[in-house]
Amino acid sequence: MASTDSPAARDGVKDGAKHSNDLAGLEAGLDALESVQTGRTPFRETLVKKILPPLLAIALVLVVWQALISFKIVDDPTKLPSPSDVWGEIEDAWLQGTLLGYIWTSVSRGLFGFLLALAIGTPLGLLVARVRFVRAAIGPILSGLQSLPSVAWVPPAVIWLGLEPEMMYAVILLGAVPSIANGLVSGVDQVPPLFLRAGRTLGATGLRGAWYIVMPAALPGYVAGMKQGWAFSWRSLMAAEIIASSPELGVGLGQLLENGRNTSSMSMVFLAILLILIVGIAIDLLIFSPLERRVLRSRGLLVKS
Amino acid sequence: MATALAKAADGVQAVEHAARIEHVSKSFAGPAGQQLVLDDITLDVAPGEFVTLLGASGCGKSTLLNLVAGLDEPTAGSITTDGRPALMFQEHALFPWLTAGKNIELALKLRGVPKNERHGRAEELLELVRLKGAYGKRVHELSGGMRQRVALARALAQESKLLLMDEPFAALDAITRDVLHDELTRIWSETQLSVLFVTHNVREAVRLAQRVILLSSRPGRIAREWRVDIPQPRRIEDAAVAELSVEITEELRGEIRRHGQH
Repeated sequence: MASTDSPAARDGVKDGAKHSNDLAGLEAGLDALESVQTGRTPFRETLVKKILPPLLAIALVLVVWQALISFKIVDDPTKLPSPSDVWGEIEDAWLQGTLLGYIWTSVSRGLFGFLLALAIGTPLGLLVARVRFVRAAIGPILSGLQSLPSVAWVPPAVIWLGLEPEMMYAVILLGAVPSIANGLVSGVDQVPPLFLRAGRTLGATGLRGAWYIVMPAALPGYVAGMKQGWAFSWRSLMAAEIIASSPELGVGLGQLLENGRNTSSMSMVFLAILLILIVGIAIDLLIFSPLERRVLRSRGLLVKS
Repeated sequence: MATALAKAADGVQAVEHAARIEHVSKSFAGPAGQQLVLDDITLDVAPGEFVTLLGASGCGKSTLLNLVAGLDEPTAGSITTDGRPALMFQEHALFPWLTAGKNIELALKLRGVPKNERHGRAEELLELVRLKGAYGKRVHELSGGMRQRVALARALAQESKLLLMDEPFAALDAITRDVLHDELTRIWSETQLSVLFVTHNVREAVRLAQRVILLSSRPGRIAREWRVDIPQPRRIEDAAVAELSVEITEELRGEIRRHGQH
């Protein structure tokens, strides 16, 4: 072990091959004893614990709904259509080929608006998080904006931009950008100072520090902000579609709802509300929740429940 | 060993030291005005030397380590090191978004090691700390002792001449700590590394070091220094280690008692 060219000071170190082997064995034992076994939950368990309960809840709502109709507790189809009426509405829209059209009009707007919000909210969040003056200047406004219902932006957006798609994107941006920026800010704020010190001793300072340490360390907060940003995008878009309908804008889910109201078709209103809900949940379940879980699981932050 | 060491320190001129700390003082703004934390510390670490800094709370040992690491500036005096030192903390400070191997590779990347060499080098370093096969493991999948070994491997990846260690084993259980003492001694003896190791554990200091430096508290001053000539690998239970530990502990207690007398 102590080779001839090593400093004279090391001559005190005895070459103990046996000692070294003992140590390796002891270490392997400790490692085996103390390592945490992590595995994925089997599908059956997921089915019973995660998938079945919400399905049961939905079934219960349907049963109560049907009971209200069957026992004539609410006996007015203009107030409460029966589940089968709404189902019929879905079938009609599907057979006419318009159902996917409604959904796609809104989803494409929502996702495009969200991406735009991401492109603006990310640099804005970084600026607020890292530049003290910017933070003092617009930080409070940015977090205050989150509590402003985005529907309030629809009238000014219509006046500024007219009944154009741009108007909708403006409303989405005003709703989603603050969420995304704030998520990133809190993500950066929660980076443990130890990581920054460790990064500095490794030579990650300035921009390299931001890229290799701050950004990845802030990712969980950023993803949480993205998730909320999507919810705000979708809500803002629906507010814009319901209030500002015009033939040029095409029929999205919001307009469908408004059309239902205008034609007093309660089953169409229900259809629209259902679709808005389902799409919002589906995008979250298909894109944002898996993303968040992946980020958290890889860091050991996902607490099994 | 002491003579050999003196030769190493005297024989070569000013450049030949891993760290040279000259008349370093440090004060912080406290509630009662400027508070002196370190007072006129002068200390050299020779190349390949293992020095422990020992002291009770408030002796500024971690502050001194931060100064040597370049994370803070001294109020007075100067510190020169042979290149940027590597630093290991009490917490492992591994990045949880990277695997064990990628943590090491990040250190290599930031040092400018070309991409095609990084993977192999990271595997070598993991093997050095006897964690072969842990390359793809996430930080949370490793035990406390394994994490500190990966942190050691990451610090070694910097190929610094000087390794600063800030109570790196304080949070570990006794058995794991013993094993890591053995590991550290082995790795230190296999490499050309100089180590400046901070601890409040007297036996740990004696177990590891060639030179133990006792700091007084508030402000931190060098109170006394011992050369440890017990041959390595030592064990923390060795009679010689215990004997010297008793002597040093008495001195340390004396230093602490002085603070209760005012």
